Amino acid sequence: MATYKFKTPISEEDIRKLKTNDVLYITGTIVTARDQAHRRALEWAKDGKKLPIDLKGLAVFHCGPIVKKEGDKWVAVAAGPTTSTRMDIFEDEFIKNFGVRVVIGKGGMGKRTTEAMKKYGAVYGAFTGGAAALAAKAIKNVRAVEWYDLGMPEALWIFEVEEFGPLSVAIDSHGNNIFDQVAKTAEENRAKIYAKLGIGK
Amino acid sequence: MNSIEKTVEDTAINLLRLAVIQLPEDVKKALQHAYETETSEAGKTQLKAILDNIKLAEQTGTPVCQDTGTIIYYVKAGAQTPNLDKIENALTNATRKATQQIPLRPNAVDPIVGKNTGDNTGPHIPYVHWEITPGNELEITVLTKGGGSENVCTVGMLVPGEGMNGLKKFVIDTVVKAGSQPCPPNILGVAMGGGADIAMKLAKKALLRPLGQPNPNPELAKLEKELLEAVNQLGIGPMGLGGKWTILGVHVDYAARHPASFPAAVAFNCWAARRATARIRADGSVEYLTHKVR
Repeated sequence: MATYKFKTPISEEDIRKLKTNDVLYITGTIVTARDQAHRRALEWAKDGKKLPIDLKGLAVFHCGPIVKKEGDKWVAVAAGPTTSTRMDIFEDEFIKNFGVRVVIGKGGMGKRTTEAMKKYGAVYGAFTGGAAALAAKAIKNVRAVEWYDLGMPEALWIFEVEEFGPLSVAIDSHGNNIFDQVAKTAEENRAKIYAKLGIGK
Repeated sequence: MNSIEKTVEDTAINLLRLAVIQLPEDVKKALQHAYETETSEAGKTQLKAILDNIKLAEQTGTPVCQDTGTIIYYVKAGAQTPNLDKIENALTNATRKATQQIPLRPNAVDPIVGKNTGDNTGPHIPYVHWEITPGNELEITVLTKGGGSENVCTVGMLVPGEGMNGLKKFVIDTVVKAGSQPCPPNILGVAMGGGADIAMKLAKKALLRPLGQPNPNPELAKLEKELLEAVNQLGIGPMGLGGKWTILGVHVDYAARHPASFPAAVAFNCWAARRATARIRADGSVEYLTHKVR
């Protein structure tokens, strides 16, 4: 288990260094996107429209933050990750189209995303679910908000962050997925637990 | 506004603030113990981040999690309390104001048109569970229930002939299926009997019991211990990244069942198990039971 500190934009070479169970901290730009923003981004890409921000080498963060306005400035109050599996239906195309290097969320992602990460060079960084205060502390500036018509949780929030983490590398760019491994282990352990409790299948 | 309404409203706003910013002592203690005894590296990294986050939230007065949940109140209402009919309205107003003041994330969405009401209120939300008690005091508990852990809450209509083995299997299977989704380590509320709705109501209410308080019923206390040990052998671990701490505790409750039915329910609470309780006396004085308030 190694610890890495990367600055955005992150190169493919750097991202390929990461292996599952490594810990990553990111400094630079991360952009929130949930279901609605993913859907719209892919629609725009299909129509040949340019996104409000170039995501190449950046991190996309599955997060619906609480943000408040102080004067004419936005301040991130709480910004922990949301469940990533909802974005599984979009993420492979998202990585392919926009060149993001890190997907930050909680709960892990599936086979399609894991394959896209291997093919295009990206990782999944698991940020502790609920650790909203920790995340907000690392957010030094809310640079902009785009697509606010989607509502506060669904908008694209562009955050400037300093040592955002710890992110546990749970899917690397070599096809490894911790969540798959843990699910397999749990299946195996379940059989043992049944036996111990005297429960038939 | 009459005085009871005002007192309930102010108290509920305080309870919401306390709940979302400061975890109860029993939950903090259990997480600290989990961190000290976790054997997986990734699990330990996650638990450390959880503990750091809890401390930071308290220091900065910000919510411990950005998902400040669906707001649910449990009210024990003394039958002699005046103006009981005004309390639900006061709790709704408190929710609205707290959403602005703390702030809370607006989490009430119209299921048909998908529009967020913006203030955490809507049809039946916040939901109020009532219990009529003797006397003239009010006890109000707020549960701010996160969505990630709610999404894996499960009701099963089990086969009565399988008895308790069927229940144990149901609990283990439900946790395996939930995997990393409910932000483990979780607290599990488990209930059986009654009916589909009653089982889930009891399971969710069981989440309010502080950790480390054994069930007063020795049979259920034994079952809780057995389920805790069994589930923590699954290896799902903190945030589903592997490890020994998948859950912090199991709380069981039950109702009598129909001879042909064995309803069972598993309610999950995330590690950010947020709840707060206060008692309002007839003279209007307020005592906070879950949190120290200066």
